[in-house]
This record gives sequence, structure tokens and C-alpha cells, in this order.
Amino acid sequence: MSGLEKKCKKKMVPLTGNYAIAAAMRQINPDVVAAYPITPQSAIVEQFARFVANGIVDTEMVRVESEHSAMSACIGASLSGARAMTATCSAGLALMWEMLGVASGLRCPIVMPVANRALSAPINIHCDHSDSMGARDFGWVQIYSESAQEAYENVFLALKLAEHPDVQLPVMVCEDGFITSHCVQNVELHDDAVMKRFVGERKPEHSLLDLKNPITVGAIELQDYFFETKRQQEEAMGHALKAYLKVGADLSRVTGSKYPYFDSYGLEGAEAVIVTMSSAAGTTKAVVDRLRHDGKKVGLLKLRLFRPFPYEQVRDALRKAKCVGVLERSFSFGAYAPLFSEVRNSLYEAGKKPKLQSYVFGLGGRDLLESDVEEAFKELLAGKTTGGMEYKGLR
Amino acid sequence: MKIKELADIVSRDPRFTSGHRMCGGCATPIIVKSVLASTRKPVVVASATGCLEVASTIYPYTSWDVPWIHSAFENAASTISGVEAAYNALKRKGKLKGEIKFVAFGGDGGTYDIGLQALSGALERGHDFVYVCYDNEAYMNTGGQRSSATPFGASATTEPAGKVKPGKEAWRKDLVRICAAHDIPYVAQASVSNLVDLTDKAAKAFEAHGPAVVVVLSTCPTLWGTKPSMTIETARLAVDSCFWPLYEISEGLYKLSYRPAKKIPVAEFMRNQSRFKHLFMPGNEHVIGHIQRRVDEEWVKLLSLCGEKE
Repeated sequence: MSGLEKKCKKKMVPLTGNYAIAAAMRQINPDVVAAYPITPQSAIVEQFARFVANGIVDTEMVRVESEHSAMSACIGASLSGARAMTATCSAGLALMWEMLGVASGLRCPIVMPVANRALSAPINIHCDHSDSMGARDFGWVQIYSESAQEAYENVFLALKLAEHPDVQLPVMVCEDGFITSHCVQNVELHDDAVMKRFVGERKPEHSLLDLKNPITVGAIELQDYFFETKRQQEEAMGHALKAYLKVGADLSRVTGSKYPYFDSYGLEGAEAVIVTMSSAAGTTKAVVDRLRHDGKKVGLLKLRLFRPFPYEQVRDALRKAKCVGVLERSFSFGAYAPLFSEVRNSLYEAGKKPKLQSYVFGLGGRDLLESDVEEAFKELLAGKTTGGMEYKGLR
Repeated sequence: MKIKELADIVSRDPRFTSGHRMCGGCATPIIVKSVLASTRKPVVVASATGCLEVASTIYPYTSWDVPWIHSAFENAASTISGVEAAYNALKRKGKLKGEIKFVAFGGDGGTYDIGLQALSGALERGHDFVYVCYDNEAYMNTGGQRSSATPFGASATTEPAGKVKPGKEAWRKDLVRICAAHDIPYVAQASVSNLVDLTDKAAKAFEAHGPAVVVVLSTCPTLWGTKPSMTIETARLAVDSCFWPLYEISEGLYKLSYRPAKKIPVAEFMRNQSRFKHLFMPGNEHVIGHIQRRVDEEWVKLLSLCGEKE
């Protein structure tokens, strides 16, 4: 079969990112979904509720009264041995803040799609990464998706990574609010039976519903034990970095896609490199193609896995560049922007370091234009760095 | 259940064992043991952050020989919702057999205040679980800050009695009726002083199909300033003064559980407690008078709701 024939045989369906995620949840058929609607995540919950209403899944759906309760119920369900999922963004994620740390601290393999949206104030319903970036230190694995296809497949990756015996941590699957969550794209849905086989059954080591072996979960730990417990959690993050590639390889055999820590696009021999995540990578690829066509040595590093952060691999991928710009959708007020900060950390051990530039763009859903990316590449090619934060698309 | 039978079960029941670090004379372990004694079915327990949680599960020890979960302060009801949902899902999928009962314990802070939303949500959704509020009328785990269950006139660390303030200036929230307004099968008010009544109510709560709430007065010797030996007696004065009437609302029907032979003045309940000490100083008589009038009014209202004559 030729490549083209293979492509034609694929079941491509027009789906929004949200519907693609809901399709993944349908195929997983989790035991419990506890969720609260919030724009632009709502369509995930609404679509899944239709699956429940029509008996397409036999999930116990808990329509909680807040995101705090959504995560609380997921924690209760997960510790009872169930596969538990929810979805949220922005203010909803912020309301969960406390429980995010509990979910990871109690080692609950919960999977949560996040349709990235700006945090208030001013209130804004559109995309930026201030929500999930604000939650980057809560012990959750974070995977970012460029497209609806990636968001769909990342849900499976997240599930098996979360439940990996060496990991046992919750995972967020981020997609860009509206840009990905609401844009209809061609998505290849993999076969139901194949995906069902891939996800298998959850086999928890302990469960609250195991009456013969009663467990106490969520005990108080003071100066004598707390530190060791948290260190184990940090160790699990280290395991997640390794397991990510292993689970990715397994999933790859099913989907045919690849799940590296990051995608390298024109990185080979690139002098000027842009590092970015999520949908901005699509815009950047278009610009890379055009500039490469014009003979300019530019490339893109599209990061998929933000937590745990693949420092070594990012360093190795960037060390030969002359100038690297980090293009991201959030601030860390009063400090280097989050992604820039990590890229900068990665390069500390590199003997010969590229010059670095931080760019912040697209807060509150402002479009990133190809001309913005092109301008950034031109600055990077000229080796123009300012030592501070620069902006693209800011009036 | 007869009191002897209860004593027998409690003395042999390993589900919540001694060795915990609750204060001497604390009513809460008595309440927990009595509630557990009221069902023979397997239970899974959730606790809100609070005295009970902190003192019964200091890692690596636990007083619980039943599955037990604590996740945070304001969410015992939503946490147990998730556990109950998992039970339903796994049972439906044939991965689990047998009946399990679910019970959540929260203090008044975790229930009347910060946990009210989660509780309301769980009651509205109709999860099959029992919620027990052990009400010691303030944030006792952290030193006695006022809650919306703190009685009018009580001195609390965040609303202390002073030269110009008489202590708490708002009447306590009526949790029983708030819960009843969710139209759930069973809500009751009980007290550690009347254990047979408490176990009867807990048994009804466990057998109800759907959510049930039992609010139990829990004497706090440490911060009410009462002698540990007076825990039961102090709660009895609350009941006999009608400050804390015993009643239930089953399928919407109010029923008085106990009518004091002689209704004693509320001051009798308050007199030996440090949190009310200032009210017995000259010049504060009117505050006690106000409390007495309000207690009388509430009692008359309750009698009428229960179809009882004054």
C-alpha cells in the first residue's frame, strides 16, 4: 500500500479539540468522571455527558458543584481503584489549586484535559497558558498539544503514564483554549477495540474499597515523615520522565505517531531556533518552511512535555544554535517567563551557549501572526538579544 | 439499641480503636464509635481536616481499622461522593461485590462554613452516604476560632469578648434545616449526652436510600473550659435547656426525639464554661436574656414543626 493509500484508509473525522478529547474519553470509558463546566472546556464535558446519556459509556458521571469538588471526587474515586477523569481550565483550575497538590501527593493517577485559558483579572475567556503554568509546581505531569490530533492521542499517553507502576501521578493534557478546543480539524480516530486494548484495565495496588485490607489514606505527616514522602513524589517525577518515552513507544505502535519530549522541526544546522509549545508551533512551522526555502537557517523546538522537564535533551538539541528565542503565552510576574526560565536552566551546563531571548505573546488569546514569528526569527538571525523580556503582538 | 448493647459493641468494636490522640474528655470519639456501632455493614469513612483527622491518623499510626480517607478541609462530602461513585461504577462493571456504607465525619468548621458548598452539592446529587457533623461549636483543632456554629455570646479567639464586645454577635446557623431544605431522606440533630438516640438516628441514616445528615453536639472540654469528666453532663444541659433540641426530619416529617421533663434555663448550660464566663459578669445580664428569649422562640417553632403542643 502506498503512503497515499494508507492516508486515504485512515478514518479522518472533522472534530474540534474538545470533541477529539471527548472521543478519547469515550474510548477509555473511565469508571468515574467528575466535572464542572467552564468555557472553553465545556464541550468536553457536554459531549461526554451525551455519551453517558446514550449508554455509549458506562461511566459514573458526577456533576459536581465546583472544580474543587471535581478534583476532590476524582481523588476519592481514584483511591477507590477507579479510573477517574475530569477536565477544566483557567478559574476552574485555579479553584482546584489546593486539590491539585493533594491529587499528586496522594499519588492519584487522574487524567485531566485542560483547555488553556487566561486567568483573571481582567476576566478573559481566551487562550494563554497562565492557568497551567501557574500549576506547574503541583506535582502533575504536563503534556502540551499542538493540534486536536495530538490532544486526542495525548489523553491515552497520559492515562498509561499516570497509571505506570513507577509513576502513579496525575497528568494534565493541555490544548489551547478556542484555538484548538473549538477549531475543527481533521482528526484520525483510532479503532475503538484497538484503543480499548491499549488502555486495558487499571490494576491498583491499594483501594479504599478493598475491605479485607483497609487502608488509611491522607494521614497527617509531621517533621518525622513528610519530607521523605515528598521526596518519593519527586522521585516519581524522575520515573515519569523515563516512562513517558516507554509509554510513548507503546502508543506509537498503535497510532503510528511519535511521542518525543519535543518535536524538532528544521533544528538540524539551525542558527536561529524558536522554542514554543502548543498551537503556536503550527504558525512557527509555516514560517520555518518559508524562511528555510529562502535559505535561512531557522528551526523550531516544539516542547510537548513540560513537567517533568527534559533538561538534558533540550540542552543537547539547542547547544549548537547561535541564538534561541523562547516564545510563550504566560508571565511569571517578576521573574523570567516559565518556559524561558526552563530553557535557560537547560543551557547552564552547555559549554558553548547560544544567545537567548525571551518573547511573550498572545496573552488573553491575542493572535500570533506569522509576521510576528518572522520578525522574531530575523532578530534571532541577527543575534539581537535584549537581555530582557520582549513582546510579540503587543500594542 | 439498648445502652448495654451499645456498650458491648463499642467495647469490642475494633473499627475505631483507642490510642488516638484526641483530648481527654473529648466527645468526638464517643460519637464516632456510636455511629459505627449503629451499622453492621462494612463502612468506608472519610474525614474532613479537623480534630478527628489530625488526632486519629498521625503517620505511621492510625486508629482506623476500616478504609479511611482524608483529602482536605472543605471537601469530605465531595471526596466521599467520588468514593461512592467509584463503588457504583465498579459494582456495575462486576468488579466489586457486596454492600458498602459510606460515612463522612466533619467538624462544624468543615461543615457549616468551608465545607457547606461541597455538602450541599453532594446532598443535591443524592449520593448514598451519611454525613456526621461533630459540632464542637468552633475551630477547636486550631485553638477555638469562631465558626458559624459558634453560639451567640460565646467568646472565640477570632471574635473574643472584650470591653465593648460580648463575644460572637451572630446567631448560629441552622445546619439541620439547611440540609433538610435539600429534600433528602433523613436529617437529625443528636447529642453525645443521648447515645441511644444517637445510634438510632445513625442507624436510620445508614438505612436511608440517599444522603442523610446527623448533626451531633460534641462537648470540647479543652476549649469550652469544662472538666473532662463533665462531657456528657454538659451536653445534657444543652439538651435539657432546649439550646440543643433532639429531633429528626425523616422524609420531610419533623419529629421531636426528646422532650425535657423540666426545661432548664439556658444559663445552666452556659454557667460552667469558660467561653461564656464573661456573660456572667455584671452588666451582661441582657445578653443571657437575649439568648434565653431566642432559645425559647426556636423551641416553640420546633414544637410546632413537630406537631407538638407547647
